[in-house]
Amino acid sequence: MKVTVTVNGKQVAAEVADRTLLVHFVREVANLTATNVGCDTTSCGACTVLLDGKSVKSCTVLAAQADGCEVTTVEGLADGSGELHPVQAAFHAEHGLQCGFCTPGMVMAAVSLLAENSSPTEEEVRSALEGNLCRCTGYHNIVRAVLAAAPAVSEKRSA
Amino acid sequence: MSILGTRVVRTEDPRLLTAGGTYVDDLRLPELTDAARVTFVRSPVAHAKITGMDTDAARQAPGVLAVLTVQDMDDLVPPPPPEPGSEVSEGAPMPIGGVWSEPLLAVDRVRYVGEAVAMVITSDSYQGEDAAELVSVDYEPLPAVIGIAGALQTETLLFDATESNVPVTSGDDADDAIFEGCDVVVERTIVNQRLAPMPMEGRAAAARFADGKLTYWVSTQNAQISRFILAGALGMDPAAIRVITPDVGGGFGAKVGVDRDAILVAWAARKTGRALRWVETRSENLVGMTHGRAQEQTIKLGGTRDGRVLAYRLDVVQDTGAYPRMSGFLPFLTKLMAVGPYDIPRVQTHSRVVVTNTTPIAAYRGAGRPEATAAIERAIDLFAAEIGVDPAEVRRKNLIPPDKFPYATATGATYDTGDYVTALDKVLDAAGYGELRAEQRRRRERGDVLQLGIGLASYVEITAADAAAGETARLAVHGDGTATVYTGSSAHGQGHHTAWAMLVESELAIPMGNVTVIHGDTDLIPEGVGTYASRSLQLGGVAVHKAAIEVKEQARQVAADLLEAAEADLELNADSGTWQVRGDPGTGRSWADVATHAGADGLVAYVQYAGGGATFPFGSHVAVVEVDTETGKVRLIRHVTADDAGTVVSPVLAEGQRHGGIAQGVAQALLEEMLYDPDGNPLTATLADYAAITAAELPSFELVQSETPTDINPLGVKGIGEAGTIGATPATQNAVIDAVSHLGVRHIEMPTTPSRVWAAISEATHNGEVSE
Amino acid sequence: MIPAPFTYKRALSVDEALDLAAQDGDDAKFLAGGHSLLPLMKLRLAVPEVLIDIGRLGELRYIREEDGHIAVGALTSHDELSRSGLLASEVPLLAHAAGQVGDPQVRHRGTIGGSLAHSDPAADLPAVVLALDATLVARGPSGSREIPAADFFHSLFETELEPGELLTEIRIPKPQTPRRWAFQKFTKRAIDYAIVGVAVQGGSVALVNMDQTPVRATAVERALAEGAGPCEAAIHAAEGTSPSADINADRGYREHLARVLVRRALEESLARG
Repeated sequence: MKVTVTVNGKQVAAEVADRTLLVHFVREVANLTATNVGCDTTSCGACTVLLDGKSVKSCTVLAAQADGCEVTTVEGLADGSGELHPVQAAFHAEHGLQCGFCTPGMVMAAVSLLAENSSPTEEEVRSALEGNLCRCTGYHNIVRAVLAAAPAVSEKRSA
Repeated sequence: MSILGTRVVRTEDPRLLTAGGTYVDDLRLPELTDAARVTFVRSPVAHAKITGMDTDAARQAPGVLAVLTVQDMDDLVPPPPPEPGSEVSEGAPMPIGGVWSEPLLAVDRVRYVGEAVAMVITSDSYQGEDAAELVSVDYEPLPAVIGIAGALQTETLLFDATESNVPVTSGDDADDAIFEGCDVVVERTIVNQRLAPMPMEGRAAAARFADGKLTYWVSTQNAQISRFILAGALGMDPAAIRVITPDVGGGFGAKVGVDRDAILVAWAARKTGRALRWVETRSENLVGMTHGRAQEQTIKLGGTRDGRVLAYRLDVVQDTGAYPRMSGFLPFLTKLMAVGPYDIPRVQTHSRVVVTNTTPIAAYRGAGRPEATAAIERAIDLFAAEIGVDPAEVRRKNLIPPDKFPYATATGATYDTGDYVTALDKVLDAAGYGELRAEQRRRRERGDVLQLGIGLASYVEITAADAAAGETARLAVHGDGTATVYTGSSAHGQGHHTAWAMLVESELAIPMGNVTVIHGDTDLIPEGVGTYASRSLQLGGVAVHKAAIEVKEQARQVAADLLEAAEADLELNADSGTWQVRGDPGTGRSWADVATHAGADGLVAYVQYAGGGATFPFGSHVAVVEVDTETGKVRLIRHVTADDAGTVVSPVLAEGQRHGGIAQGVAQALLEEMLYDPDGNPLTATLADYAAITAAELPSFELVQSETPTDINPLGVKGIGEAGTIGATPATQNAVIDAVSHLGVRHIEMPTTPSRVWAAISEATHNGEVSE
Repeated sequence: MIPAPFTYKRALSVDEALDLAAQDGDDAKFLAGGHSLLPLMKLRLAVPEVLIDIGRLGELRYIREEDGHIAVGALTSHDELSRSGLLASEVPLLAHAAGQVGDPQVRHRGTIGGSLAHSDPAADLPAVVLALDATLVARGPSGSREIPAADFFHSLFETELEPGELLTEIRIPKPQTPRRWAFQKFTKRAIDYAIVGVAVQGGSVALVNMDQTPVRATAVERALAEGAGPCEAAIHAAEGTSPSADINADRGYREHLARVLVRRALEESLARG
């Protein structure tokens, strides 16, 4: 069927098999390969994107379900000014990534968390990221990054 | 001031954070535009004869370009049979091969669930999954050999031409004479359970044959070794193979070289004449990628009643899965490091390797050393409990003192440098050990439901065990003043690009931003060994450092000519990054000027550094857990560590390695286990069941500084990559047991799941001292 | 990893959804958030030939107060349930339990209707609606009917719903003592399904993962009604249940957990209200 999704502000339309997963639509049709597939049981969160502003695991959404909707991936986070989004900047400053495979999904999950909770506690951050697995960092610096990003995100939103 | 030792953020990050990494599945190269997809058909049974295979339905499925089986492998030369009379020794050959040979595609027998039996080539991956289901294989089941006890019987052998399921036996026979004079002897058989390395990116490879040359992209830890393996397997000249390492989403030892599935992708590309890409699913990964650990250990430790350890025996049975790919190498390392950081005079070690109908075992973060540490740390705690002495005291009494280095262990290792007691004292202090014990006492007196457990581990580990193989570095300073490093190391998250650039800046005052680091392409770096065994900084980094020194000396000569001055009168101004007559910045010439003056190739140095030998990082961990004694649930509330890997070049990177290592170590103690049922069916073959640890189960870690340089290399560095894992597992396991030791519990097997902990509590409170 | 091929159809109204379902009968399944169904399909444990996407039926997404009960539209997401001010004051048990389902990404997509229709005894919300004595409203080709929660769950993945019937609403009688609730979810990791769970609302106690469906701990409820305190009542927690054994727990451990968690849940609910 024909599916049209606005990905990072750009309309992407294609004729795809009905069973096409949103993550593959993003990777293969929209050609945005930052978002990764890390499992087949909706466990790992590497495929996390924003669907109409809310974090979802795009491996468990059909492209067809996202027809007419807006998807944001990590490639679309920067606001066009050339500066990193505060969450990206914080991950960089706090060494919140190593191999980088979980990172796009982790960043989008963090963006979604901060949109819903502008100043989370450490416990709330850990709980909010329980659906995002990382094998390299032990999560320590990821949590620091999210906590560090919170005030900057808050400020950016009110600006 | 040198940039070394300062907090520098990674140069790798901006790209990874904005565009994302380019892993094998992300490659969008002209050579792969028309790449077809490989999907493997895998055995759903653990042990069976293959009596038939029907690929007709699969061949006719939509999008199928080919279905390949062992019948199609007429273009491969079979490996030579073993030399008559040739013996298998502990570490060689690796894999053992011969009568224990592993085929590329299963011939007439499968030996583990997940073993590849056929390949389907399709236009896209969706079609591949559909078509793979249509390949029909007839299996005649054989009894499954599962578990150590299962492997030691001889009724069912995995390999017909052998007499047992035990390919390697090595070490000292048991002789209790070493325990003479011991007031107290403790003994127990414990399990270091099977784990899945589970990097976030599974195995993946792409291949293209053109004009007799193979270009091969693979998620690996060693491009050069991969090329060597491919050349051998495909009967090709290595010069006709180019291996390229794109971004790699984690390896942890399980992506050393290339395995049979990856080799098959290259073979199939040659066979079909199509460019091919293979990206395994997570379910495949959990049974198809090698597993780690899987040792059964009998520990016996004896000493005096006041806590001095006199003798230790370690008996290891290594389950190596269906094929002995690592020969006896992992238990060899376990035995080598058996005594840990303790000064134990009398030691015996013994090992056997057994095959079972399970996924083959290979290296996983620590590779044999976590097993050694877990064993001795359990033995120390059992001993401490038996004599009623605080486990910190027992450790302090037996740790090798600082004046005994280099220390030759009874097992044949020579520890270079260490200060074990100081590391222990540092973490005990940072953890507030006295107050923790007081809180534990208070909770015990009150009979709280939530009991506190404090677990210790002191460890030493061997890094760059294959230091003799060395590492390479080529450093070029170009006419524009920028530099390029070609390293034989192969980072998959470790941040070498940042660290190697720091090393260049430190030596040559060329800003990091002007230093490009390249790795993993055999056309650009034909000689290299790669990243595993925590070897990269002390071998690859030192090679970069030495290459920088060579470049500096070349530059001095060139600058002398350029400045028409004597070499002895020149200096490199570290602030401005210019060559000048000593004390006269006005004469300064840039690296660009000097490199241009050197000629068309600029300044180049190539170093093959085969270091002085292995090094021995060490440390201590304190884990603090809360155990709900009504349910058995464990919560890790604090984890305090000192991990000393010598001089710290990048504190940021070192901390990251420690954090990641600690998390994997804690995960083994509390949650993870690859389980099989008695028929060899994996029970934890998806991430819904394999309990990988998440952020919600971990606290933030408390890292204590400790830097005891080695004298083995000029930077004084050891390897940090695996140390965190090695210390974290036993500290956490010991903590859980400690939490309920007042109830009579002496041991709980890993992972200390709620069910296991409750069973131990339940038995102890009903019967007195027992364990799970 | 990839579902077997199927035909995707989208319904833009409840009537259309029922018509499409009537056409394809047993070959069709409704798709709401997809977070119970798609995981099964990706492992090819479920292979429906037709998926009818009802995810856009905004008319089934609501939480409102009506005549002494709270009406929840079947397509309300777990996230919406967990943030509802109305539920927080009237049925906090449901708001809280919905906030425990899966992880944030799952909660953004998963719906209460989807979870109930899926009928996994290890899921949280089936036991919660059972404890709340909810009524489930279904619409089919022959009209609407009301199904008491106690009759709704038949077995693992099997409910009272006929093929072609769509769950539209969950009606929850307003609890007399809304504050007297508790939800104890025992897991190995925060993200896991409950090894055992307990939902308490007043004198109603329902169990997660102690049988092939969620079950009421009737022996506990009887003891409570007869004046027993939490400790005494909880002793009966496992009576009449038939928990399975798996890699996380054997029968005996589940029964033990049920007793401990029921006691804790009752104590918690009393302390709360």
